[in-house]
Amino acid sequence: MNLWLIPLFPLLGFLINGIWGRRFSKALVNLFAVGSVVASFAYVLWVLSALYPLTTAHTETYFTWIHSGSLQIGFDLTVDRLTAIMLLIITGVGLLIHIYSAGYMEHEGGYHRFFSFLNLFMFFMLLLVLASNFLLLFVGWEGVGLCSYLLIGFYFGEDFANNAGTKAFVVNRIGDFGFLLGMLLIVVHFGTLDFATIASAVASMPVEASAGVLTAITLLLFVGATGKSAQIPLFVWLPDAMAGPTPVSALIHAATMVTAGVYMIARAAFLYGHTPITLHVVALIGLFTAVMAATIGMTQNDIKRVYAYSTVSQLGYMFLGIGVGAYSDGIFHVMTHAFFKALLFLGAGSIIHGIGGEQDLRRMGGLRKYMPITFITLLAASLAISGFPGFSGFFSKDAILSAAYDYAPWMYWVGVITAGITAFYVFRAFFLAFFGDYRGHHHPHESPWVMTLPLIVLAVFSVGGGFLNVPNWLAPMFPNVEHGSPLLMWISAAVSILGIVIAYYIYILKPGTAESIAAATGPVYKLIDHKYYVDEIYGALIVRPVEAFSRTVLWKGADIAAIDGGVDGLGHRLRGIGAIFRQMQSGSIRNYATWVVLGSLLVLFVLGLAGGGR
Amino acid sequence: MHHVPLSWYLILSAILFALGIAGFIYRKNIITVFMSIELMLNAVNLSFVAFAYQLRQVDGQIYAFFVMVVAAAEAAVGLAIILTVFKNRKTLQIDEIDSMKL
Amino acid sequence: MDTILFFIFAIIAVVCGLNLVLQKHPISSALSLIGVMGSLAVLYLMLGAEFLAAAQVIVYAGAIMVLFVFVIMLLNAGSEKPGGKSWFAQIAGIPLLLAFIAVMGFVIETFLPALRSVRFGSFAGGTAREIGRVLFTEYLLPFEVTSVLILIAILGAVVLARKEID
Repeated sequence: MNLWLIPLFPLLGFLINGIWGRRFSKALVNLFAVGSVVASFAYVLWVLSALYPLTTAHTETYFTWIHSGSLQIGFDLTVDRLTAIMLLIITGVGLLIHIYSAGYMEHEGGYHRFFSFLNLFMFFMLLLVLASNFLLLFVGWEGVGLCSYLLIGFYFGEDFANNAGTKAFVVNRIGDFGFLLGMLLIVVHFGTLDFATIASAVASMPVEASAGVLTAITLLLFVGATGKSAQIPLFVWLPDAMAGPTPVSALIHAATMVTAGVYMIARAAFLYGHTPITLHVVALIGLFTAVMAATIGMTQNDIKRVYAYSTVSQLGYMFLGIGVGAYSDGIFHVMTHAFFKALLFLGAGSIIHGIGGEQDLRRMGGLRKYMPITFITLLAASLAISGFPGFSGFFSKDAILSAAYDYAPWMYWVGVITAGITAFYVFRAFFLAFFGDYRGHHHPHESPWVMTLPLIVLAVFSVGGGFLNVPNWLAPMFPNVEHGSPLLMWISAAVSILGIVIAYYIYILKPGTAESIAAATGPVYKLIDHKYYVDEIYGALIVRPVEAFSRTVLWKGADIAAIDGGVDGLGHRLRGIGAIFRQMQSGSIRNYATWVVLGSLLVLFVLGLAGGGR
Repeated sequence: MHHVPLSWYLILSAILFALGIAGFIYRKNIITVFMSIELMLNAVNLSFVAFAYQLRQVDGQIYAFFVMVVAAAEAAVGLAIILTVFKNRKTLQIDEIDSMKL
Repeated sequence: MDTILFFIFAIIAVVCGLNLVLQKHPISSALSLIGVMGSLAVLYLMLGAEFLAAAQVIVYAGAIMVLFVFVIMLLNAGSEKPGGKSWFAQIAGIPLLLAFIAVMGFVIETFLPALRSVRFGSFAGGTAREIGRVLFTEYLLPFEVTSVLILIAILGAVVLARKEID
């Protein structure tokens, strides 16, 4: 079936555009960049139609990559139902975003560089989901982190973008360290990193009610997931990552890369199914992240930051779903989130593009007159993310919440309140942008069709994606999970609508209410507005001590004093010794002769002592 | 003491060799130094012949023979070199020919 | 008889050697060296090396030393002047040499197997016939090689010592 072709097309696009792209016209760059994703998408469709109904996994092994002692790691690619969903999301949504970027990046410098990095990202992401063992997955994992860094820092002339890229990479690295430790433990314990082999080995092991090796492994892997998927405590990079171009935010930081953590845990369900402790931790962290990010989203004024915190919050929902055992619902939410979150970001990009680069909500307003298509599509997306009945987000979010109710009712209630907050802040942004009077200084205009067409396609999926019945299709892969009664569904829908209504009241009916609430809640508002001071806390506790240590101990102490001193000192001492010995070469033959006699005498002496040279 | 033990010949050889070294170390004239080298070679020849006697083989004498031949060749070339050095440096004092120093 | 001969000529050799080291004028040193070689020839005779003794007198004392004397005459080498800068040699020389003789003596006495005593006529293998036989059979190759060596030495000496034709 040649699965390796799927990631190959974007890789070729990366190479061609990367090496020769500088000399290409924009149309030619588009041809290779978008064309490679088209090829990949078409091939994915063909593979999936050939493999339908995909009741068992289809694995292809190509060559043995690592052979060290008893450890064998092959370059193997697998396709099963989980992979199929992810492949469709990555190539499908990715294709739409590539098309959109051709319009959005029209007037930007570094056009070919952007597309080559975007293609490279596609390659690594596809490799990640197709991988059949942990190490190959990790290759893709690291690779998407690299592309994230490259693309966040795309506008490398600005300090803020560079720092944001570095921050993303470093924070991810911390998570990756946990991932690596988890992988090492797996190698130690199972002797292999292959998914299928580990799955069959684990099946015969008991479920760990108390902490054991499996719990350690799964917790460490989850640390990696918190880094990649921006959960507590490693979520701080995602809001800053908005410094990159908006299509990047849409593709990488909404639809695909940040869901890699969720995917990885779903892929490792055979491990997580045996460690209820870890799953509980996952659910808790997911839930708290969802709440925290949602509250912060209420106070942000940059439209991209609102959506960034919304991404963190929705990722929290996905982890909550996984944590309570509803794997297929979590993945379903990955899919619907890909649709509406990509749409939200692309729509934001359309707004930004239409008002000359402005991103502050306070300087937008009344845009529905000028950008009707963007208005309609963003309305669809906002309704989807709020969980309005009938839209895709409704089905996925409520599936998770009802599974949560069965697991622990209090989680359901917290999740419902968070859903209400989500609806509130999403519509806050929506109302601020599209209603009222235009508060900016530009001439707003609609975006070209190359940008609005993907918006429309995504809007269609945001609306109708819920009817695709994905969870049932995925369910055979995962352990069974109970869902609560349909009443729960209507309760959460009602809360979401309540959130929308409150937003309408505050921002449209009675403008000015927002400021009075902010003044009334005083310190609480300040706390939330400053994002709970998380960045400041990290800076004081971790960043500054590490930097000080590096500067004084490692740099001045170890590097300059010890290593340089040692090496240079050795050189100096040798020179000194050489200067002493140099005096032997006086040019006087008689001295030389005396030395020779002395030397031969010593030899004789030694030989004499040693027994006459026998 | 009716006969001389062979070891005395060897010790004589050692004494002559040491005298040769002494001449090499203490004399300043190049030609005298060269002659001390010849003295050393002779001392070694004596050693060879003594051992030929001890082992009742003629090989030791053959070696001494070759030593003589080589010493002759060496004397010829060495004295020619001394002549050249004298022409260039105008001195036969070995201490003044010291340009090969660091 | 052998003993007396040995002692006489050994003492002559040592005295001449000392003379070589201690004399100021090179020509005196050359003559002392001739003395050494002569006494060594007698000692060779005692050890049964007749041919070698003859060769010693003819080649060494008769040709090489004559060459030395000629060169001394050519260069007009005068007496040595005192002085010089090899302090290390002056100081360390004598002790080293005494130590050398002592160590050699010790090694000879202790480690060599039982040595014969020398009796004139006891070893008859040093005749010209014997030497010639061995030289031209076993040691033919070194013999030929040394003849090439002499040829090269002649060439070298001629090249080095000729006068530049102005």
